[in-house]
Amino acid sequence: MERGPATAAPRSPAPRKRRRKRHEMLRIGGGISTPWFIGIAVAVFALLLGVWWLITATEMVEPLFLPSPSEVFESLRHQIQNGQLWDDARVSVYRVLIGFALATVMAIPIGVLIGTYRVWEAAVEPLVDFIRYMPVVAFVPLTILWSGTGDTQKFLIIWIGTFFQQVLLIMDNVKRVPMDYVNLGYTLGLKDRSILARIIIPSSAPGIWDSMRISLGWAWTWLVLAELVAATSGLGYRINTAQRYFETDLIIGYILVLGCLGLIFDQVMKFLSRRMFKYEEAR
Amino acid sequence: MASTPKVEVRSLSKVFEGGDHDVTALSDVDMTLGDNEFVSLIGTSGCGKSTLLSIVAGLQEPSEGEVVLDGEEVVGPGRDRGLVFQSYTLFPWQTARANVEFALRGEKLSKGERTKLAREHLALVGLEQFEDSYPHQLSGGMKQRVAIARALSYRPQVLLMDEPFGALDALTRGMMQELLTRVWEEHKITVLFVTHDVEEAVFVSDRVVVMTNRPGKIKEEIPIDLPRPRAHEMLSSPEFGELYGRVLESIRSEAMAADTVPAGASR
Repeated sequence: MERGPATAAPRSPAPRKRRRKRHEMLRIGGGISTPWFIGIAVAVFALLLGVWWLITATEMVEPLFLPSPSEVFESLRHQIQNGQLWDDARVSVYRVLIGFALATVMAIPIGVLIGTYRVWEAAVEPLVDFIRYMPVVAFVPLTILWSGTGDTQKFLIIWIGTFFQQVLLIMDNVKRVPMDYVNLGYTLGLKDRSILARIIIPSSAPGIWDSMRISLGWAWTWLVLAELVAATSGLGYRINTAQRYFETDLIIGYILVLGCLGLIFDQVMKFLSRRMFKYEEAR
Repeated sequence: MASTPKVEVRSLSKVFEGGDHDVTALSDVDMTLGDNEFVSLIGTSGCGKSTLLSIVAGLQEPSEGEVVLDGEEVVGPGRDRGLVFQSYTLFPWQTARANVEFALRGEKLSKGERTKLAREHLALVGLEQFEDSYPHQLSGGMKQRVAIARALSYRPQVLLMDEPFGALDALTRGMMQELLTRVWEEHKITVLFVTHDVEEAVFVSDRVVVMTNRPGKIKEEIPIDLPRPRAHEMLSSPEFGELYGRVLESIRSEAMAADTVPAGASR
């Protein structure tokens, strides 16, 4: 809160040029400089942290419901020191990566196929659309029945939660390949298979990658859900046990860790995308 | 000019079957392209000129009639016909040179020969310095020049161009028309060029074929006997003006007629 005036300070004494710049980023579709962007983003984080701290420092809320930031970080530090955080995170990351990889490896060929051929679309798309609307949560008991509460069940839940969505996203990506590209391939005498491999896939690759990045976020959600319901390890499991012992600080700490992990994965995917699809940048 | 025609379009019709009513895009079209002749196909929008080009390219099938190339019926797309689209069809993930090389993959050439040919054709359209540029680094006109280089690189018998300069600004258009005529004059090839721009049609062609409104038929063929090489100074010559007037008059009556018919109506 006390940061409000600080960011606003350069406003009043600023010369005219400065005012124009401010105007620019408030305009629809206007640009913003990187320092301003980062500055504002950091300020919002700091502001929220400040509000959190203020609420707990003034004891407006019982620590059982909302512990202070320092308590949360203290409990996280403890988890790091005894190695538990590392163990929990490792198990969860492993599950997400395997479950996500299984879904992706299956979704890409199927999505490309149904985005390319209407026959396959007719065969697969309505079915996938139907299953997609079944709540993933409802599959948890079934998957436990099928495969217990081990890693396999986690893979299954992640797979169910991401595969069907991925297939439809990839189909859309492939459908956006300009028909003229395909026709060009035909006039060059290419066969369907070459058009798929050399035109459709490279053309839709940036979009497919972006769909993967988005679905990776969902994979995390489904994993934590599965770990909360039935697990003997992992970040979600730790949150669940913490609840049993009223360790609110640990719960919040782990939620923050999950947020950070998601952010890191997302940034890595974005970074790789910029590396692989450099030509996309200027578009 | 045309002793033995390179391309013959014989009593060609195209009907698109719709739910309530069928749309006849082309009705009994006959036309020929002489060897190394540059022919423009001009008509109002929706008259079926692009459909005709696409059938010649083999990307669509005629409902009736046939297209014959060098005495053989066209049954699908092939490397004997190169196509330049109105939209920029360069692959964004490849450099200008790689885009041209892509078209050369069908030839039995070594990698070195492919590169050499691609370079030569980029030089032909004045882009030798841009071989390593990606499409997003090129202007619209440059992209279409790469597309022309690509279409010529594998030596098709016929070059089909579907309003290739339609998306460019007037100034770039004019430059592209000059470039195209220069390339064509050096590098003789049979061309079918679709456009709705009268000046463009007269400037680049040996013959302008005017189409009627939908259903598209051949209305009139106007030989363009302007001397070659052509340069933009010709645009202000009386001979050019006279031919321009003839083509414009022919297409204008179609455009006026089109205005009195509700859009999308099938007659």
